[in-house]
Amino acid sequence: MYYNEMLDGTKVREAYAGLSDWVDQMPAEIRQMKQAEAEALFRRIGITFAVYGEGGDPDRLIPFDMMPRIFTQSEWRRLERGIKQRARALNAFLRDVYGRGEIVRAGRIPARLVYQNDAYEKAVVGFVPPRGVYSHIIGIDLVRTGRDEFFVLEDNCRTPSGVSYMLENREIMMRMFPELFRGNRIEPVDGYPDLLRRTLETVAPAKCQGRPRVVILTPGHFNSAYYEHSFLANLMGVELVEGADLFVEGEFVYMRTTEGPKRVDVIYRRLDDAFIDPLTFRRDSMLGVPGLMDVYRSGGVSICSAPGAGVADDKAIYTFVPEMVRFYLGEEPILKNVDTWTLWKDDDFKYVMDNLGDLVVKEVHGSGGYGMLVGPRSTKAEIEEFRQRIKANPSNYIAQPTLSLSTCPTFVNEGVAPRHVDLRPFCLCGERIELVPGGLTRVALKEGSLVVNSSQGGGVKDTWVLSE
Amino acid sequence: MLSRTASNLFWLGRHMERAETASRLFEVGARITLLPNTAEGYQNEWQSLLRATGVSDRFAARYDEVSEENMEKFMIFDRDNPSSVASCMHDARESGRIVRTALTSRVWDALNVSWQEMRGMEPGQEDAADLADFVARHAATVHGAIDGTQLRNDGFHFMKLGYALERADSTARVLDVKYFVLLPRVEFVGSGLDSYQWQVILRALSAHRAFHWAYGDDVSAGRVAHFLILNDESPRSLMTSVLEALSHLDALVRRYGQDVPHSARDRAQALADRLGSTDIEDIFDEGLHEFLSDFIREIGDIANRVQADYFHGRG
Repeated sequence: MYYNEMLDGTKVREAYAGLSDWVDQMPAEIRQMKQAEAEALFRRIGITFAVYGEGGDPDRLIPFDMMPRIFTQSEWRRLERGIKQRARALNAFLRDVYGRGEIVRAGRIPARLVYQNDAYEKAVVGFVPPRGVYSHIIGIDLVRTGRDEFFVLEDNCRTPSGVSYMLENREIMMRMFPELFRGNRIEPVDGYPDLLRRTLETVAPAKCQGRPRVVILTPGHFNSAYYEHSFLANLMGVELVEGADLFVEGEFVYMRTTEGPKRVDVIYRRLDDAFIDPLTFRRDSMLGVPGLMDVYRSGGVSICSAPGAGVADDKAIYTFVPEMVRFYLGEEPILKNVDTWTLWKDDDFKYVMDNLGDLVVKEVHGSGGYGMLVGPRSTKAEIEEFRQRIKANPSNYIAQPTLSLSTCPTFVNEGVAPRHVDLRPFCLCGERIELVPGGLTRVALKEGSLVVNSSQGGGVKDTWVLSE
Repeated sequence: MLSRTASNLFWLGRHMERAETASRLFEVGARITLLPNTAEGYQNEWQSLLRATGVSDRFAARYDEVSEENMEKFMIFDRDNPSSVASCMHDARESGRIVRTALTSRVWDALNVSWQEMRGMEPGQEDAADLADFVARHAATVHGAIDGTQLRNDGFHFMKLGYALERADSTARVLDVKYFVLLPRVEFVGSGLDSYQWQVILRALSAHRAFHWAYGDDVSAGRVAHFLILNDESPRSLMTSVLEALSHLDALVRRYGQDVPHSARDRAQALADRLGSTDIEDIFDEGLHEFLSDFIREIGDIANRVQADYFHGRG
């Protein structure tokens, strides 16, 4: 049985108490009209991009469901504590593995998984970024299975996207249904861009003088998340730059402006490690800034997230995050990990092979809901085909039990029906660790589907945290 | 401001204005072919028009027959023609998308809507006048949004500078079409047909009423040329456009100070001075076509200097 976020049997749960009347009293034709209005608004704003770098048509709209997903203050407080705890542990881990590697020496994590990881950057070993923070924006994907049961599906320590949806969903809900927001019951999320800018300013490099100049570095307007980059830059009041707008001279990075060169202190990059500096990483990259890494390592500029931060959000490393919480913080993890079988271990391999029909199997480096097997929803032939793929390269896969993702009432053609949801809150790490009360809720719009990715028929919802 | 941002804003202005020019030229062409004027038939007028816009090779490579139908496809809808209305609107919107952070939501909205509506149209649905109206309406909405909502900062001046230079270029080209159509047939000079054609030009530049306010009913070559070239009250005249470009270049120099290069401003100042000391007889003596060709080159040179002064970013 799935946990229904709104209904406990026939009783409406506390968080949704104010909303069920609103839903019941909305006539079908009003609902359709509002839905069309929402779509027109999204299209007009130009917010048409694939979440999480899933690619596809850049002018595609992600379906927006008007039914919000709601947390009470106390539910949120607990989540918030768990998310912040996890963020601290992930940054402590990064600082450790680019330093003395205590956690490896202590035998808690196999050296191979860290040092032979593709995301481990030898170029930054021994360099500690300002305040020891490597990952400044952490998107933690959560699913709920019960009243107090939250599981982390994955951590995103590099450049998690989707936050513009969090902000736009709220904007559109407030425009269309102002009556729902009267009485200030819903915590605002619009402080996010300011908070992000201030967070980035706190990690300015040692050589920075005066107020730090922050920029966002985008791969360019052909990128599927370009809208988000420009949207954030706008709300943060910072320049959105491409690699060609920056150049290195002496100890610093400058941007080309109509008034000549201007020094840049903090770069929030939405570009993978491999592309940021052709002199250090991929030589064929046209997107980056030659010489950037030298300036970075000599304290002339901060790069957020730090090059090499990706080693903490690998699906293989994921299984050790609870261990990190205990090792670095001396605390018990508040958020649970999903049980994970790593197929390079013989025992795990055998168990997974015997129970393939009940499990979800993912590629270690996969994303976007591609290259995965959802056992209970697959045919025998699909399972057998996947079995052969696993056998060919076991260490490329992990397996997890099929979770009973919670459902949230969602507008569908026939009216309102439960659909499965997940949640991505965005945690900001600088001088302090903070997050705005909310996140991006993704919803699997197909009946029974557990895959919320927009490339697989997923949509988004506004996410509310109620104030007390 | 980022050099790339400034450059995109400049081109946003140019492309919007260019879209309007393309539709105006098409309307001029369509109206002129309605006249029972030529022995060789209507093809001659369309050919002149293609020559004036410098795209006749491109047209010849893609279409076998010069007809209004093909001209409509080519000048309005053809995305392979960089000067077509569709290409210009697309490019303007694309420049806007790249610099979303420098635009107000109203400007973006206007740009986005104009492109979405353009994209939804098909050749053969509307006549030339309605197409020109459609484009002019959207261009005006974008322009109005810029004037009404944009901060008066350097970005604003780059956009308006793009508009002004493109407008100078465009009026010169529309006038040149008249030259190409008319001059090879000297016997018509001063005839009723001549004056009718000048009226068409005025209409195409939405300047027909304004002209009558300023000059009364006598539509003669000299007066129309004066109105469209030297009159600094005429909204699309070369003089007005150059002065407008100059005022935005001056604003940039004031804003950035003398340390930032300003060769574009100096050049625009010299051009304005030259226009100010010319009278219309000098221009006809020199030859209208020669004068206009010179002017178009001069505008190109100013645009290149804008690029060198501001879009390179030095370093």
